[in-house]
Amino acid sequence: MKYLDEFNDPELARQQFEDIERIVTRPWALMEVCGGQTHSIVRNGIDQLLPEQVRLIHGPGCPVCVTPLETIDKALAIAARNDTIFCSFGDMLRVPGSHHDLFQIRSNGGDVRVVYSPLDAVRIAADNPDKEVVFFGIGFETTAPANAMTVVEAKRRGLTNFSMLVSHVLVPPAIAAIASSPDTQVNAYLAAGHVNVVMGTAEYEPLVARFDVPIVVTGFEPLDVLEGIRRALLQLEQGRAEVENAYPRAVQAGGNPAAQAVLADVFEVCDRPWRGIGVIPASGWRLSPRYREFDAEHRFEVQDLHVEESPLCRSGEVLQGLIKPNECEQFGTTCTPRKPLGATMVSSEGACAAYYQYRRLDVPEKVRA
Amino acid sequence: MTSETEVVTSVAAGAWSCPLPLRDHERIVTGHGGGGRLSSELIEHLFRPAFGGGVDDPSHDAVVLPLPTGGDRLAFSTDSYVVTPVIFPGGSIGDLAVNGTVNDIAMTGAVPLVLSTAFVLEEGLELATLGRIAEDMGRAATAAEVQLVTGDTKVVEARDRGGLTITTAGFGVVPEGVELGPRRVRPGDQVLLSGPIGQHGMAIMSLREGLEFETELRTDSAPLAGLVQTMLAAAPGGGVRALRDATRGGFAAVLCELAEAGDTGIEYVERDVPVPGDVAAACGFLGLDPTHVANEGKLVAVVAPEVTDEVLAAMRSHPHGREAVRVGEVVEDHRGIVVARTGIGARRVVDLPLGEQLPRIC
Repeated sequence: MKYLDEFNDPELARQQFEDIERIVTRPWALMEVCGGQTHSIVRNGIDQLLPEQVRLIHGPGCPVCVTPLETIDKALAIAARNDTIFCSFGDMLRVPGSHHDLFQIRSNGGDVRVVYSPLDAVRIAADNPDKEVVFFGIGFETTAPANAMTVVEAKRRGLTNFSMLVSHVLVPPAIAAIASSPDTQVNAYLAAGHVNVVMGTAEYEPLVARFDVPIVVTGFEPLDVLEGIRRALLQLEQGRAEVENAYPRAVQAGGNPAAQAVLADVFEVCDRPWRGIGVIPASGWRLSPRYREFDAEHRFEVQDLHVEESPLCRSGEVLQGLIKPNECEQFGTTCTPRKPLGATMVSSEGACAAYYQYRRLDVPEKVRA
Repeated sequence: MTSETEVVTSVAAGAWSCPLPLRDHERIVTGHGGGGRLSSELIEHLFRPAFGGGVDDPSHDAVVLPLPTGGDRLAFSTDSYVVTPVIFPGGSIGDLAVNGTVNDIAMTGAVPLVLSTAFVLEEGLELATLGRIAEDMGRAATAAEVQLVTGDTKVVEARDRGGLTITTAGFGVVPEGVELGPRRVRPGDQVLLSGPIGQHGMAIMSLREGLEFETELRTDSAPLAGLVQTMLAAAPGGGVRALRDATRGGFAAVLCELAEAGDTGIEYVERDVPVPGDVAAACGFLGLDPTHVANEGKLVAVVAPEVTDEVLAAMRSHPHGREAVRVGEVVEDHRGIVVARTGIGARRVVDLPLGEQLPRIC
């Protein structure tokens, strides 16, 4: 398979691991920003084969994860309305709100539809003029251009029954928030290549200057990720801190100017809460005043929302290193990955979930090939 | 937890995670039918306690019953078929309804004999479509050497656009001396796969509303009873330990079931699992894992190491096993758990998918 097999080649991977082994002289912690990269790392076992001094910290780049609970609850309230067809990408359907998820809304009779492109929601709106059609527009800069074009298209077609529940988030402010933390352990960042396809690399220069950390634009196949790691380590060992593009087959310095123009027209920057984290200033996009009529939050008065994260959850302490996951009373009993109380048990990359998985499966934590 | 209304100017690295589903459902959700963990839970926690015991191997889609009169043993199975669209590249719901139940019976080592058919038709279904489906069923039955012997038809108000549900049940006879099941699996046994995976699921996916990507993909729907008998003949001393058809939940789910039911570890090599190029490409852009995608004409066999070559050769001599390969082995370690050796040489745990696979956002 063109561009898949080539970047999963065991012999080239072995050479990369050897190069990395040669480069590294002391401990480093790298953060891969994007959930897609985390997936690639965990699925392929890249972290198992790296030298022990190299630690990968999994980053915030999973749009599903960081969409605030309040927004999920709003989505659920809108989706439950009789006059509404709620359209979403598939993986949002499983995300728990305070009390239930979109699958449960659907099984209770709500019209919740999985779409594969936001433009499908516009088509559904045109086909169902007697219904309100709402698209759940979430994601990083990667999904934003398509969502923006969808709003432009709805306006062009004069659709009055289409709106979008927008919860877009941005990578650079998230990196800034992590890098500003006094106890951050991250020495270098692997930027999410597909975000840079849209946005280019310029907005990362101020971050490198301000925090003196290498940022390497990185792809997603195993060899792409390894190349990002290798270049980040090389910078660290040589005492450099630069923006470097390790994904040149997809990313150009200027990004995609046409997409950026649409984004600038349709969206405006806003403060955004990140689930499990809090509000990060200027870290999101919402619809600009020119497109406010398509804003679902503006169109639907969603009231009586009781946003509830579990009071039993001690993930805050786990995250600060004050307790270990299995020292929490809820660990493995009332709190499991299937029925998580908090953010750290929710993902297989979270500390609690990782503890749970290793105990449960009883597989050696580090298996070296 | 951090309140979402509190403004933070910096965050500790590692404070990010990805929400998973709620477990407790008051109503059925689609994942309960996905062949993953939710399906298993429904069986374990709702059906089995209500129905009482009596089934040795709950993970199996067919049961082997001794006759009260002695002699031959019967293999019995039933399955309902719902698929949208009802006609797709390479076949229809009709082929599936015959081959699916034939294959469930065949995985016990039995020779399938007869099937019953029950139709729940939605008003508005076109007779020409039903006719095409019926013809496909007849043709599939002939190819599988089973008879369609009894049936029932009901009509319900339209829910969709005139779809239908087909339920088939059937039985076959298990030859003398044939005893298959995950409990016969031993460390050192070899894991074989009858051919490339993922074609059926991705052929269906390619037609789904909103996707409609261009592909040559066709369903792999095929009756496997002939292949099974060929394999059994190649290892007459009981060298074939267990067979599973890799339908819903895919190749990975079958291995997980075998490991769990057999209380053994299984290890396989990702690169040795054949995934056709167009399946890999389609899975790649939808964010799906081909090892979790449904097949309708592929089986996984666990065989004793000393007969591996013979069984593999026999499989390759059969039209439905021409591309059979060895993909892994049963191991002493990590009982009940499947471990994959990844393309770059690391190892990872393979788990059942939770419910249905969903295309991801980015």
